Amino acid sequence: MGDKTMTAEEAVSRLESGMTLGIGGWGSRRKPMALVRALLRSQVTDLTVVSYGGPDVGMLAAAGRIRKLVTAFVTLDSIPLEPHYRAARERGAFALTEVDEAMFLWGLRAAANRLPFLPVRAGIGSDVMRVNPGLRTVTSPYEDGETFVAMPALRLDAALVHVNRADRLGNGQYLGPDPYFDDLFCEAADTAYVSCERIVDTAELTKAAPPQSLLIGRHVVTGVVEAPDGAHFTSCAPDYGRDEAFQKRYATTPWPQFAARYLAGDEAAYRAAAGEES
Amino acid sequence: MSGVTRAEYCVVACAEAWRGSGEILASPMGLIPSVGARLARRTFAPDLLLTDGEAMIVGSDGTVEGWLPYRRHLELVTGGRRHVMMGASQIDRHGNQNISCIGDWARPARQLLGVRGAPVNTLNNPTSYWIPRHSRRVFVAEVDMVCGVGYDRAAGARHHRIPRVVSDLGVFDFATPGRTMRLASVHPGVTVEQVREATAFDLVIDGEVPYTREPTAAELRLIREVIDPGNTRDREVPV
Repeated sequence: MGDKTMTAEEAVSRLESGMTLGIGGWGSRRKPMALVRALLRSQVTDLTVVSYGGPDVGMLAAAGRIRKLVTAFVTLDSIPLEPHYRAARERGAFALTEVDEAMFLWGLRAAANRLPFLPVRAGIGSDVMRVNPGLRTVTSPYEDGETFVAMPALRLDAALVHVNRADRLGNGQYLGPDPYFDDLFCEAADTAYVSCERIVDTAELTKAAPPQSLLIGRHVVTGVVEAPDGAHFTSCAPDYGRDEAFQKRYATTPWPQFAARYLAGDEAAYRAAAGEES
Repeated sequence: MSGVTRAEYCVVACAEAWRGSGEILASPMGLIPSVGARLARRTFAPDLLLTDGEAMIVGSDGTVEGWLPYRRHLELVTGGRRHVMMGASQIDRHGNQNISCIGDWARPARQLLGVRGAPVNTLNNPTSYWIPRHSRRVFVAEVDMVCGVGYDRAAGARHHRIPRVVSDLGVFDFATPGRTMRLASVHPGVTVEQVREATAFDLVIDGEVPYTREPTAAELRLIREVIDPGNTRDREVPV
Protein backbone atom coordinates (compact mmCIF):
# COMPACT_ATOMS: atom_id res chain seq x y z
CA MET A 1 0.00 0.00 0.00
CA GLY A 2 1.41 3.31 -1.08
CA ASP A 3 2.36 6.26 0.97
CA LYS A 4 0.33 9.11 -0.53
CA THR A 5 1.73 11.97 1.49
CA MET A 6 2.74 15.03 -0.49
CA THR A 7 3.03 18.76 -0.05
CA ALA A 8 0.27 21.20 -0.98
CA GLU A 9 2.52 22.36 -3.83
CA GLU A 10 2.84 18.81 -5.14
CA ALA A 11 -0.91 18.33 -4.97
CA VAL A 12 -1.57 21.55 -6.87
CA SER A 13 1.13 20.71 -9.44
CA ARG A 14 -1.09 17.81 -10.49
CA LEU A 15 -3.97 20.13 -11.31
CA GLU A 16 -4.35 21.72 -14.73
CA SER A 17 -5.99 24.84 -16.03
CA GLY A 18 -9.49 24.19 -17.32
CA MET A 19 -10.23 21.42 -14.84
CA THR A 20 -13.51 20.93 -13.00
CA LEU A 21 -12.56 21.21 -9.36
CA GLY A 22 -14.75 20.28 -6.39
CA ILE A 23 -14.00 21.97 -3.07
CA GLY A 24 -15.29 20.42 0.15
CA GLY A 25 -16.55 22.00 3.38
CA TRP A 26 -19.58 24.29 3.51
CA GLY A 27 -19.65 28.10 3.55
CA SER A 28 -16.96 29.19 5.96
CA ARG A 29 -16.60 25.74 7.53
CA ARG A 30 -13.73 23.29 7.15
CA LYS A 31 -12.63 24.56 3.78
CA PRO A 32 -9.32 23.26 2.41
CA MET A 33 -7.88 26.77 2.57
CA ALA A 34 -4.20 25.74 2.60
CA LEU A 35 -4.79 23.91 -0.69
CA VAL A 36 -6.68 26.93 -2.05
CA ARG A 37 -3.77 29.17 -1.03
CA ALA A 38 -1.37 26.81 -2.82
CA LEU A 39 -3.64 26.99 -5.85
CA LEU A 40 -3.48 30.79 -5.71
CA ARG A 41 0.34 30.59 -5.74
CA SER A 42 0.23 28.41 -8.86
CA GLN A 43 -0.62 29.39 -12.42
CA VAL A 44 -3.66 27.08 -12.57
CA THR A 45 -6.68 28.99 -13.88
CA ASP A 46 -9.79 28.78 -16.08
CA LEU A 47 -11.38 26.49 -13.50
CA THR A 48 -14.91 25.20 -13.20
CA VAL A 49 -15.36 25.29 -9.42
CA VAL A 50 -18.03 23.13 -7.75
CA SER A 51 -18.55 24.21 -4.14
CA TYR A 52 -20.97 24.99 -1.35
CA GLY A 53 -19.28 28.32 -1.53
CA GLY A 54 -17.35 30.24 1.09
CA PRO A 55 -14.06 32.14 1.07
CA ASP A 56 -12.59 29.43 -1.18
CA VAL A 57 -14.85 30.74 -3.94
CA GLY A 58 -14.34 34.37 -2.90
CA MET A 59 -10.55 34.13 -3.17
CA LEU A 60 -10.48 32.18 -6.43
CA ALA A 61 -13.03 34.56 -7.93
CA ALA A 62 -11.13 37.63 -6.77
CA ALA A 63 -7.93 36.20 -8.25
CA GLY A 64 -9.66 35.59 -11.58
CA ARG A 65 -9.17 31.82 -11.57
CA ILE A 66 -12.81 30.83 -12.11
CA ARG A 67 -14.31 30.40 -15.56
CA LYS A 68 -17.50 28.84 -14.25
CA LEU A 69 -18.92 28.33 -10.78
CA VAL A 70 -21.43 25.65 -9.79
CA THR A 71 -23.04 26.46 -6.45
CA ALA A 72 -26.21 26.99 -4.39
CA PHE A 73 -24.80 29.89 -2.37
CA VAL A 74 -21.64 31.69 -1.38
CA THR A 75 -21.41 32.91 2.22
CA LEU A 76 -19.02 33.55 5.08
CA ASP A 77 -21.73 32.40 7.54
CA SER A 78 -21.11 35.02 10.24
CA ILE A 79 -20.91 37.55 7.39
CA PRO A 80 -23.83 36.51 5.21
CA LEU A 81 -22.64 37.94 1.90
CA GLU A 82 -19.16 37.07 0.59
CA PRO A 83 -17.84 40.46 -0.57
CA HIS A 84 -15.18 39.31 -3.03
CA TYR A 85 -17.56 36.84 -4.66
CA ARG A 86 -20.22 39.53 -4.85
CA ALA A 87 -17.88 41.98 -6.51
CA ALA A 88 -16.75 39.39 -9.05
CA ARG A 89 -20.33 38.39 -9.83
CA GLU A 90 -21.49 41.98 -10.20
CA ARG A 91 -18.74 42.66 -12.74
CA GLY A 92 -19.66 39.51 -14.64
CA ALA A 93 -16.28 37.89 -14.02
CA PHE A 94 -17.38 34.29 -14.59
CA ALA A 95 -20.26 32.06 -15.66
CA LEU A 96 -22.58 30.69 -13.00
CA THR A 97 -24.54 27.47 -12.71
CA GLU A 98 -26.85 28.24 -9.79
CA VAL A 99 -28.66 25.24 -8.36
CA ASP A 100 -30.46 24.41 -5.12
CA GLU A 101 -28.55 22.90 -2.16
CA ALA A 102 -30.32 19.56 -2.58
CA MET A 103 -29.85 19.53 -6.35
CA PHE A 104 -26.15 20.04 -5.73
CA LEU A 105 -26.09 17.09 -3.30
CA TRP A 106 -28.02 14.85 -5.69
CA GLY A 107 -25.57 15.86 -8.44
CA LEU A 108 -22.59 14.77 -6.35
CA ARG A 109 -24.40 11.53 -5.49
CA ALA A 110 -25.11 10.83 -9.13
CA ALA A 111 -21.42 11.31 -9.94
CA ALA A 112 -20.31 9.16 -7.02
CA ASN A 113 -22.69 6.42 -8.21
CA ARG A 114 -21.68 6.78 -11.88
CA LEU A 115 -25.26 7.68 -12.79
CA PRO A 116 -26.00 10.28 -15.49
CA PHE A 117 -28.58 11.98 -13.26
CA LEU A 118 -30.76 11.53 -10.21
CA PRO A 119 -34.36 12.69 -9.87
CA VAL A 120 -34.81 15.42 -7.29
CA ARG A 121 -37.94 17.20 -6.09
CA ALA A 122 -36.39 20.64 -6.19
CA GLY A 123 -35.99 23.26 -8.85
CA ILE A 124 -39.31 22.86 -10.66
CA GLY A 125 -41.31 26.08 -10.63
CA SER A 126 -38.26 28.09 -9.61
CA ASP A 127 -35.99 30.25 -11.76
CA VAL A 128 -33.27 27.63 -11.38
CA MET A 129 -34.90 26.17 -14.50
CA ARG A 130 -34.79 29.54 -16.30
CA VAL A 131 -31.13 30.26 -15.58
CA ASN A 132 -30.08 26.68 -16.40
CA PRO A 133 -31.79 26.05 -19.74
CA GLY A 134 -29.88 22.79 -20.11
CA LEU A 135 -31.65 21.21 -17.14
CA ARG A 136 -34.09 18.46 -18.07
CA THR A 137 -36.97 16.90 -16.17
CA VAL A 138 -37.90 13.25 -15.77
CA THR A 139 -41.35 11.81 -15.12
CA SER A 140 -41.96 8.90 -12.82
CA PRO A 141 -42.90 5.76 -14.80
CA TYR A 142 -45.12 4.64 -11.91
CA GLU A 143 -48.72 5.56 -11.07
CA ASP A 144 -47.83 8.82 -9.29
CA GLY A 145 -46.53 10.31 -12.55
CA GLU A 146 -44.65 13.03 -10.69
CA THR A 147 -42.17 15.17 -12.59
CA PHE A 148 -38.71 15.78 -11.16
CA VAL A 149 -35.57 17.61 -12.14
CA ALA A 150 -33.09 15.16 -13.65
CA MET A 151 -30.09 16.58 -11.82
CA PRO A 152 -27.03 15.79 -13.94
CA ALA A 153 -24.02 14.19 -12.30
CA LEU A 154 -21.47 16.70 -11.01
CA ARG A 155 -18.46 14.72 -12.14
CA LEU A 156 -15.16 16.29 -11.03
CA ASP A 157 -11.65 16.11 -12.40
CA ALA A 158 -10.31 16.71 -8.92
CA ALA A 159 -11.53 17.30 -5.39
CA LEU A 160 -9.88 19.26 -2.57
CA VAL A 161 -11.06 18.61 0.99
CA HIS A 162 -9.75 19.20 4.51
CA VAL A 163 -10.33 16.88 7.48
CA ASN A 164 -9.09 16.64 11.06
CA ARG A 165 -6.93 13.50 10.74
CA ALA A 166 -5.72 11.17 8.04
CA ASP A 167 -3.24 8.35 7.71
CA ARG A 168 -0.53 8.18 5.06
CA LEU A 169 -2.70 5.88 2.93
CA GLY A 170 -5.48 8.41 2.49
CA ASN A 171 -8.03 7.34 5.09
CA GLY A 172 -9.59 10.61 6.20
CA GLN A 173 -11.33 11.32 9.50
CA TYR A 174 -13.61 14.13 10.66
CA LEU A 175 -13.94 14.79 14.39
CA GLY A 176 -16.43 17.65 14.40
CA PRO A 177 -20.23 17.51 14.39
CA ASP A 178 -20.73 17.57 10.62
CA PRO A 179 -19.02 15.60 7.84
CA TYR A 180 -20.41 18.06 5.28
CA PHE A 181 -20.09 16.35 1.89
CA ASP A 182 -16.37 15.69 1.69
CA ASP A 183 -16.69 11.95 1.07
CA LEU A 184 -19.02 12.60 -1.85
CA PHE A 185 -16.65 15.18 -3.35
CA CYS A 186 -13.84 12.60 -3.28
CA GLU A 187 -16.07 9.83 -4.69
CA ALA A 188 -17.32 12.13 -7.47
CA ALA A 189 -13.78 13.00 -8.56
CA ASP A 190 -11.15 11.32 -10.72
CA THR A 191 -8.47 12.47 -8.28
CA ALA A 192 -8.85 13.69 -4.72
CA TYR A 193 -6.44 15.54 -2.45
CA VAL A 194 -7.12 15.41 1.28
CA SER A 195 -5.39 17.86 3.57
CA CYS A 196 -5.56 17.29 7.30
CA GLU A 197 -4.59 18.90 10.57
CA ARG A 198 -2.41 15.96 11.45
CA ILE A 199 -1.26 12.73 9.82
CA VAL A 200 -1.41 9.85 12.28
CA ASP A 201 -0.76 6.10 12.20
CA THR A 202 -3.74 4.12 10.94
CA ALA A 203 -4.24 2.47 14.35
CA GLU A 204 -4.34 5.91 15.93
CA LEU A 205 -7.48 6.89 13.96
CA THR A 206 -9.86 4.72 15.95
CA LYS A 207 -8.07 4.76 19.30
CA ALA A 208 -10.21 7.56 20.70
CA ALA A 209 -12.78 8.14 17.94
CA PRO A 210 -15.52 5.80 16.67
CA PRO A 211 -15.19 4.11 13.27
CA GLN A 212 -18.10 6.22 11.97
CA SER A 213 -15.71 9.18 11.97
CA LEU A 214 -13.74 7.54 9.14
CA LEU A 215 -15.37 9.62 6.44
CA ILE A 216 -13.12 9.15 3.43
CA GLY A 217 -11.74 5.82 2.20
CA ARG A 218 -8.23 5.62 0.78
CA HIS A 219 -9.56 4.01 -2.44
CA VAL A 220 -10.82 7.44 -3.54
CA VAL A 221 -7.80 9.47 -2.41
CA THR A 222 -4.82 10.42 -4.56
CA GLY A 223 -2.79 12.52 -2.17
CA VAL A 224 -2.61 13.34 1.55
CA VAL A 225 -1.27 16.71 2.70
CA GLU A 226 -0.44 17.48 6.32
CA ALA A 227 -1.58 21.08 6.79
CA PRO A 228 -1.93 22.26 10.39
CA ASP A 229 -4.37 25.20 10.54
CA GLY A 230 -5.10 24.19 6.96
CA ALA A 231 -8.71 25.34 7.14
CA HIS A 232 -7.83 28.75 8.56
CA PHE A 233 -9.70 31.12 8.72
CA THR A 234 -12.72 28.85 8.36
CA SER A 235 -13.75 26.59 11.24
CA CYS A 236 -12.32 23.12 11.80
CA ALA A 237 -14.14 21.77 14.86
CA PRO A 238 -13.05 20.49 17.29
CA ASP A 239 -9.47 21.52 16.49
CA TYR A 240 -10.38 25.20 16.20
CA GLY A 241 -13.26 27.55 15.51
CA ARG A 242 -13.52 30.17 12.81
CA ASP A 243 -11.05 33.05 13.14
CA GLU A 244 -13.75 35.73 13.10
CA ALA A 245 -11.35 38.65 13.46
CA PHE A 246 -9.27 37.49 10.53
CA GLN A 247 -12.35 36.70 8.45
CA LYS A 248 -13.58 40.23 9.07
CA ARG A 249 -10.22 41.56 7.90
CA TYR A 250 -10.49 39.40 4.79
CA ALA A 251 -13.99 40.70 4.12
CA THR A 252 -13.14 44.38 4.59
CA THR A 253 -9.69 44.57 2.96
CA PRO A 254 -9.52 45.33 -0.76
CA TRP A 255 -8.43 42.13 -2.50
CA PRO A 256 -5.10 43.38 -3.92
CA GLN A 257 -4.03 44.52 -0.47
CA PHE A 258 -5.16 41.32 1.19
CA ALA A 259 -3.39 39.19 -1.42
CA ALA A 260 -0.18 41.22 -1.13
CA ARG A 261 -0.21 41.07 2.63
CA TYR A 262 -1.11 37.41 3.18
CA LEU A 263 -0.77 35.43 -0.02
CA ALA A 264 2.49 36.61 -1.58
CA GLY A 265 4.60 34.11 0.34
CA ASP A 266 4.31 30.43 1.17
CA GLU A 267 2.04 28.79 3.77
CA ALA A 268 4.54 29.46 6.56
CA ALA A 269 4.56 33.14 5.63
CA TYR A 270 0.76 33.15 5.63
CA ARG A 271 0.61 31.60 9.06
CA ALA A 272 3.17 34.04 10.39
CA ALA A 273 1.37 37.06 8.93
CA ALA A 274 -2.05 35.86 10.13
CA GLY A 275 -0.70 34.83 13.52
CA GLU A 276 0.91 38.20 14.16
CA GLU A 277 -2.44 39.90 14.11
CA SER A 278 -4.81 37.31 15.55
CA MET B 1 -47.31 43.03 32.57
CA SER B 2 -45.78 46.08 30.90
CA GLY B 3 -46.60 47.09 27.34
CA VAL B 4 -46.08 44.49 24.66
CA THR B 5 -43.44 45.54 22.14
CA ARG B 6 -43.71 45.18 18.39
CA ALA B 7 -40.91 42.60 18.48
CA GLU B 8 -42.95 40.54 20.95
CA TYR B 9 -46.01 40.58 18.69
CA CYS B 10 -43.71 39.40 15.91
CA VAL B 11 -42.36 36.59 18.09
CA VAL B 12 -45.87 35.37 18.87
CA ALA B 13 -46.94 35.68 15.22
CA CYS B 14 -43.92 33.58 14.18
CA ALA B 15 -44.56 31.03 16.93
CA GLU B 16 -48.12 30.58 15.65
CA ALA B 17 -46.69 29.24 12.36
CA TRP B 18 -45.84 26.01 14.20
CA ARG B 19 -49.15 25.57 16.06
CA GLY B 20 -50.57 22.15 15.35
CA SER B 21 -47.46 21.00 13.46
CA GLY B 22 -46.91 17.98 15.69
CA GLU B 23 -43.62 16.12 15.83
CA ILE B 24 -41.65 17.81 13.07
CA LEU B 25 -38.48 19.88 12.79
CA ALA B 26 -39.00 23.63 13.18
CA SER B 27 -36.34 25.42 11.10
CA PRO B 28 -36.44 29.11 12.00
CA MET B 29 -34.01 31.35 10.10
CA GLY B 30 -33.41 34.70 11.70
CA LEU B 31 -33.61 35.83 15.25
CA ILE B 32 -37.29 36.50 15.86
CA PRO B 33 -38.40 33.24 14.19
CA SER B 34 -35.91 31.42 16.46
CA VAL B 35 -37.39 32.98 19.56
CA GLY B 36 -40.84 32.19 18.18
CA ALA B 37 -40.07 28.53 17.52
CA ARG B 38 -38.65 28.09 21.01
CA LEU B 39 -41.70 29.80 22.46
CA ALA B 40 -43.99 27.46 20.51
CA ARG B 41 -42.14 24.41 21.81
CA ARG B 42 -42.29 25.62 25.41
CA THR B 43 -46.03 26.29 25.17
CA PHE B 44 -48.49 24.96 22.60
CA ALA B 45 -46.23 22.81 20.37
CA PRO B 46 -44.15 20.72 22.78
CA ASP B 47 -43.34 17.96 20.29
CA LEU B 48 -41.37 20.21 17.92
CA LEU B 49 -37.76 19.35 17.18
CA LEU B 50 -35.20 22.16 17.12
CA THR B 51 -31.50 22.26 16.27
CA ASP B 52 -28.69 24.15 17.94
CA GLY B 53 -28.18 25.95 14.64
CA GLU B 54 -25.48 23.46 13.74
CA ALA B 55 -25.69 19.68 13.53
CA MET B 56 -27.44 18.76 16.77
CA ILE B 57 -31.11 18.39 17.64
CA VAL B 58 -31.48 19.74 21.15
CA GLY B 59 -34.14 19.89 23.85
CA SER B 60 -35.24 23.09 25.58
CA ASP B 61 -32.42 22.76 28.11
CA GLY B 62 -29.84 22.13 25.40
CA THR B 63 -29.70 18.36 25.85
CA VAL B 64 -28.63 16.72 22.61
CA GLU B 65 -31.34 14.33 21.44
CA GLY B 66 -30.35 13.81 17.83
CA TRP B 67 -27.85 14.35 15.03
CA LEU B 68 -28.73 16.36 11.94
CA PRO B 69 -25.71 17.24 9.81
CA TYR B 70 -26.47 19.11 6.57
CA ARG B 71 -26.75 15.96 4.49
CA ARG B 72 -29.42 14.52 6.80
CA HIS B 73 -31.11 17.90 7.05
CA LEU B 74 -31.54 17.94 3.26
CA GLU B 75 -32.99 14.40 3.40
CA LEU B 76 -35.36 15.49 6.16
CA VAL B 77 -36.57 18.32 3.93
CA THR B 78 -37.50 15.89 1.18
CA GLY B 79 -39.14 13.63 3.76
CA GLY B 80 -41.39 16.57 4.56
CA ARG B 81 -41.39 16.43 8.37
CA ARG B 82 -40.32 20.03 8.71
CA HIS B 83 -41.68 23.57 8.63
CA VAL B 84 -39.09 26.19 7.71
CA MET B 85 -39.41 29.94 8.15
CA MET B 86 -37.02 31.61 5.72
CA GLY B 87 -36.12 35.23 5.07
CA ALA B 88 -36.89 37.01 1.80
CA SER B 89 -35.14 39.84 0.02
CA GLN B 90 -38.20 40.04 -2.24
CA ILE B 91 -41.63 38.40 -2.13
CA ASP B 92 -44.59 38.80 -4.48
CA ARG B 93 -48.35 38.39 -4.12
CA HIS B 94 -48.19 34.70 -5.08
CA GLY B 95 -45.49 33.97 -2.51
CA ASN B 96 -42.57 33.76 -4.92
CA GLN B 97 -39.45 34.57 -2.91
CA ASN B 98 -35.98 35.80 -3.85
CA ILE B 99 -32.74 35.65 -1.87
CA SER B 100 -30.42 35.18 -4.86
CA CYS B 101 -29.75 38.54 -6.48
CA ILE B 102 -31.30 41.89 -7.39
CA GLY B 103 -31.56 42.88 -11.02
CA ASP B 104 -30.75 40.79 -14.07
CA TRP B 105 -29.48 37.38 -12.94
CA ALA B 106 -26.92 37.30 -15.73
CA ARG B 107 -25.30 40.47 -14.45
CA PRO B 108 -26.86 41.32 -11.09
CA ALA B 109 -26.91 44.83 -9.68
CA ARG B 110 -26.58 43.23 -6.24
CA GLN B 111 -25.49 39.69 -5.70
CA LEU B 112 -27.13 38.23 -2.61
CA LEU B 113 -26.89 34.73 -1.10
CA GLY B 114 -27.93 32.52 -3.99
CA VAL B 115 -30.98 30.26 -4.14
CA ARG B 116 -29.72 28.20 -1.17
CA GLY B 117 -32.36 25.59 -0.24
CA ALA B 118 -35.41 27.66 -1.17
CA PRO B 119 -36.40 25.52 -4.19
CA VAL B 120 -36.17 22.24 -2.28
CA ASN B 121 -37.86 23.71 0.79
CA THR B 122 -40.87 25.08 -1.04
CA LEU B 123 -41.53 21.90 -3.01
CA ASN B 124 -41.21 19.56 -0.05
CA ASN B 125 -42.32 21.02 3.26
CA PRO B 126 -44.35 23.95 4.55
CA THR B 127 -42.37 27.17 4.07
CA SER B 128 -43.23 30.40 5.84
CA TYR B 129 -41.39 33.71 5.63
CA TRP B 130 -40.19 36.34 8.07
CA ILE B 131 -39.55 39.91 6.94
CA PRO B 132 -38.25 42.27 9.64
CA ARG B 133 -38.69 45.47 7.62
CA HIS B 134 -41.86 45.57 5.55
CA SER B 135 -41.38 47.81 2.52
CA ARG B 136 -42.15 48.13 -1.18
CA ARG B 137 -38.59 47.01 -1.88
CA VAL B 138 -39.38 43.63 -0.32
CA PHE B 139 -43.10 43.23 -1.09
CA VAL B 140 -42.65 43.66 -4.84
CA ALA B 141 -44.86 43.21 -7.88
CA GLU B 142 -42.42 40.71 -9.33
CA VAL B 143 -39.32 39.11 -7.82
CA ASP B 144 -36.10 39.26 -9.84
CA MET B 145 -35.25 35.58 -9.32
CA VAL B 146 -37.72 32.95 -8.13
CA CYS B 147 -35.94 30.96 -5.42
CA GLY B 148 -38.87 29.96 -3.21
CA VAL B 149 -41.77 28.85 -5.41
CA GLY B 150 -45.08 30.72 -5.15
CA TYR B 151 -48.59 29.39 -5.64
CA ASP B 152 -48.88 30.50 -9.28
CA ARG B 153 -45.83 28.41 -10.21
CA ALA B 154 -46.44 25.41 -7.97
CA ALA B 155 -49.05 23.67 -10.11
CA GLY B 156 -48.89 19.97 -9.42
CA ALA B 157 -46.36 20.29 -6.61
CA ARG B 158 -48.17 18.06 -4.14
CA HIS B 159 -46.22 19.09 -1.05
CA HIS B 160 -46.14 22.84 -1.69
CA ARG B 161 -47.60 25.07 1.04
CA ILE B 162 -46.89 28.59 2.31
CA PRO B 163 -48.71 28.80 5.63
CA ARG B 164 -47.84 32.39 6.50
CA VAL B 165 -45.70 35.45 6.01
CA VAL B 166 -44.89 37.52 9.09
CA SER B 167 -43.51 41.04 8.87
CA ASP B 168 -42.95 43.78 11.41
CA LEU B 169 -46.33 45.17 10.36
CA GLY B 170 -48.58 42.14 10.24
CA VAL B 171 -49.36 38.56 9.33
CA PHE B 172 -50.21 37.42 5.81
CA ASP B 173 -51.51 34.19 4.28
CA PHE B 174 -52.78 32.84 0.98
CA ALA B 175 -56.24 31.78 2.17
CA THR B 176 -57.93 33.30 -0.87
CA PRO B 177 -59.60 31.72 -3.91
CA GLY B 178 -56.80 32.96 -6.16
CA ARG B 179 -54.08 31.97 -3.69
CA THR B 180 -52.75 35.52 -3.55
CA MET B 181 -51.46 37.21 -0.43
CA ARG B 182 -54.04 38.32 2.12
CA LEU B 183 -53.57 40.57 5.10
CA ALA B 184 -54.57 38.21 7.92
CA SER B 185 -53.85 40.55 10.83
CA VAL B 186 -52.06 43.78 11.67
CA HIS B 187 -49.95 44.12 14.76
CA PRO B 188 -51.45 46.48 17.35
CA GLY B 189 -50.31 50.02 16.56
CA VAL B 190 -50.26 49.39 12.80
CA THR B 191 -52.99 50.51 10.41
CA VAL B 192 -54.24 48.67 7.34
CA GLU B 193 -53.39 51.76 5.32
CA GLN B 194 -49.81 51.64 6.56
CA VAL B 195 -49.48 48.06 5.35
CA ARG B 196 -51.07 48.89 2.01
CA GLU B 197 -48.64 51.75 1.46
CA ALA B 198 -45.63 49.63 2.29
CA THR B 199 -46.65 46.93 -0.21
CA ALA B 200 -46.05 47.29 -3.95
CA PHE B 201 -48.89 44.97 -4.98
CA ASP B 202 -52.58 44.76 -4.13
CA LEU B 203 -53.09 42.76 -0.97
CA VAL B 204 -56.35 40.94 -0.47
CA ILE B 205 -58.06 42.76 2.39
CA ASP B 206 -61.44 41.27 3.18
CA GLY B 207 -63.57 43.03 5.71
CA GLU B 208 -62.37 44.10 9.09
CA VAL B 209 -58.74 43.07 9.55
CA PRO B 210 -58.17 41.72 13.06
CA TYR B 211 -55.21 42.54 15.26
CA THR B 212 -52.47 39.99 15.81
CA ARG B 213 -53.29 38.23 19.06
CA GLU B 214 -51.91 39.37 22.40
CA PRO B 215 -49.25 37.22 24.01
CA THR B 216 -50.37 35.57 27.22
CA ALA B 217 -48.71 36.56 30.48
CA ALA B 218 -46.95 33.20 30.53
CA GLU B 219 -45.67 33.73 26.98
CA LEU B 220 -44.36 37.18 27.81
CA ARG B 221 -42.54 35.83 30.82
CA LEU B 222 -40.97 33.05 28.73
CA ILE B 223 -39.86 35.50 26.03
CA ARG B 224 -38.49 38.09 28.43
CA GLU B 225 -36.99 35.94 31.16
CA VAL B 226 -36.18 32.56 29.65
CA ILE B 227 -35.78 32.57 25.88
CA ASP B 228 -34.45 36.05 25.10
CA PRO B 229 -33.44 37.76 28.35
CA GLY B 230 -30.83 39.81 26.47
CA ASN B 231 -33.64 41.34 24.38
CA THR B 232 -31.89 40.67 21.08
CA ARG B 233 -35.38 40.74 19.49
CA ASP B 234 -35.48 44.53 19.80
CA ARG B 235 -32.41 44.77 17.58
CA GLU B 236 -34.24 43.01 14.76
CA VAL B 237 -37.49 44.94 15.21
CA PRO B 238 -36.90 48.22 17.09
CA VAL B 239 -39.59 49.52 19.41
